[in-house]
Order: sequence, then C-alpha cells, then structure tokens
Amino acid sequence: MSKANLLDRREVVSTLLADRKDALVVAGLGASTYDLAAAGDHARNLYLWGAMGGAVMMGLGLALAQPKLPVVVVTGDGEMLMGMGSLATVGLQKPTNLSILVLDNEAYGETGGQVSHTSAAADLVGVARACGILDSKAISTLAEIESFAAGMQDISSGPRFANVKIDGANLERVLSNRDGVFIMTRLRGALGHAPI
Amino acid sequence: MHARADATEEQAAQWPEEIFAILQRYDVRQVPYVPDAGHSQLINRVLGSSNMRGIPLTTEEEGVALLAGAWAGGQKGVLLMQSSGVGNCINMLSLTQIFRFPFLTLVTMRGEWGEFNPWQVPMGSSTQGVFELSGIRVLRATDPAEVKDVMEAAASQAYNACTPTALLLSQRLIGTKVFVK
Repeated sequence: MSKANLLDRREVVSTLLADRKDALVVAGLGASTYDLAAAGDHARNLYLWGAMGGAVMMGLGLALAQPKLPVVVVTGDGEMLMGMGSLATVGLQKPTNLSILVLDNEAYGETGGQVSHTSAAADLVGVARACGILDSKAISTLAEIESFAAGMQDISSGPRFANVKIDGANLERVLSNRDGVFIMTRLRGALGHAPI
Repeated sequence: MHARADATEEQAAQWPEEIFAILQRYDVRQVPYVPDAGHSQLINRVLGSSNMRGIPLTTEEEGVALLAGAWAGGQKGVLLMQSSGVGNCINMLSLTQIFRFPFLTLVTMRGEWGEFNPWQVPMGSSTQGVFELSGIRVLRATDPAEVKDVMEAAASQAYNACTPTALLLSQRLIGTKVFVK
C-alpha cells in the first residue's frame, strides 16, 4: 500500500497542531483518533471511537456553539465518505471557524486495508467544493499543511476543506482515552461549562 | 379523523407555539431538522427566531452528531424529524449513551391513524421500539390539549436529567396527509 513521497499521517497531524492555540479538534474514529492522541493529549480534543460518519457534524455543532474559536475536524477517507452529506450541510451553514482535513489513504486501514472509493473514483475535494465549501483543495506537502494550520486559526475565512493523500502504512496504535463522558466533560470544562 | 391541510394553507395551531415557547425557555439554540409537514409551523418559528438556528440536514443521523457537538460547545439543541427518519439514526444514537448529553427529538408520526401510504407503515410501526432499544425514553402526545404538558416533561427530563428522550407527535394530532381529495 505504501507509495513513495506520500506524507506520514502522524507528521501531518502533529504539524497541523504544533501551534494549535485555542483550537478545538474533533478526530474521526480509527487511525485519525490515534493520530490525534499521538500528537499529544489535550482537553480540547474530541476523540471518536465510533459514530462513523459523524465527525464533521460534531465539528459543525461545536463550531456553531463556539464561533470565536477555531474548530478543526481530522478524519479519514472512509469516515468522510460515510458522512458525505454533512459536507452539504456545512456548505449551507458556512461556519467561518470550521476547517476539515481528510487523511486519505484510499483504504479502510482499521479493518484490513480494503480499498475505499477514493482510490479510483471519488474526489472528496470536488464533493466539498460542489457542496459550497469554496475553499477546498488537495494538498500534498508539509508546507501546505503548515499553511492550512495557519488558515484554520482565522475564524473569519472558513469553512475550509483539504484532502491530503497520506502513506497507507498502518502505524502502531496510540490509544486515546475512550470514555465519552470523560472526554465530553473535560472539553466542556475547558470551555468553562460545569457538569450538570 | 381530521385531515391535514396542505402546508401552504395550514392554519396556525396552538401546540407548535407551545413547543416553541418551551424550547425558548430551555435556551435551545441549535435546531437541526429534516422537514416534515407536521413540523412546518415550528420550523418556520425557528427560522424566524433571532436566537435559534435552524439547520437543514441531508439525513437525520447528522442531527444526532450535531447535537453532541453543540453540547460539547455549551449549547442545547433539539432534532426535528418524521418517523421514517428514526431508522436513519440508529448507530448515531449510541452517542446519547456514550456522551450522556441532553438529547431531545420531536418526531412527527406517519404510518398510523388513517395512513394512506403503505410505505410509511413499516417504519412508523417500529419507531417506538427502535428508540427504546436504543436507550431513548419515549413520550407521546395525541391530543392537542396535552402537547404542552408532555413537551414540558420531555424537555425537563432531557435537559435537566440528561435522559435521552423522544417525543412522538401522533398522526392523529398532526392530521392525516390527504393524497386524494
């Protein structure tokens, strides 16, 4: 599966979040959550271990509730394909503080590496743009990730979408916390919201 | 049995106003929905509101995930859908148990009380069972006069006790859709 010159997913995510400031980060289930954990645990991380297809919508709900904070969704091509309609919902709402980064290895890595639709046909950048997310692009270098990271801090110019083709190697899992109530309560606490 | 008027000529009923008032009192901000004629009056009130955001969805499960994100960010919401959309939500409903967030959905029922369209019947018949198997408490309102009290109970247990709750609005309440006049 590995192809030459493709970016390493852990390096992509750690570069994206190297200077995250107050950003809130949602990671889709599977390897994206492990990548977020590998980049360093943080109270403003929302790790998903299920709810496939829901990452962008969770990011949208968060972005609408916290319009002054940058919100970024990091997810895989399979998770994004399952929630493709949510790109149309984001395109309609146009939350200016929401950024979406798809780590596209063209495969379902968590389940044995079966090829996904992006390997041969589906163009997620085209889908996002056609859904009204005008700032949608394919990126392939770490310099472009750095530029995307700077862009996501600008809460007035989103929504933005980027698809990065990554190396398909299955990396060692870095497990995040998986207790949803803890993750939710900690994130809300970081935003000043007490438990009920 | 009373027939439902077309959405365009619908006369304002009182109960959608009562639901809207209760949502306002609970400071509900995000209102994702897949449209249904039975929700049209409430949707219009939401879209005309200065402090609520109506959010059209492409499929109902998006709304469950949206409300989880909203709660993470400190806002409450409510999901409006028709009974046929409940099946679309099943896996995403797991979020209500995982995150234990205040989940409330208002579901207009089809496939019961004088239904004309047989395609509405299977999902309408299993709506309550699907919710209960998914860990969602179900309340139902059938008489216009009881909507306010049932809605108040639903909102209170959802928002005060984080008890995931579905309020079914009976087809008898919203009126049976007329296909042939």
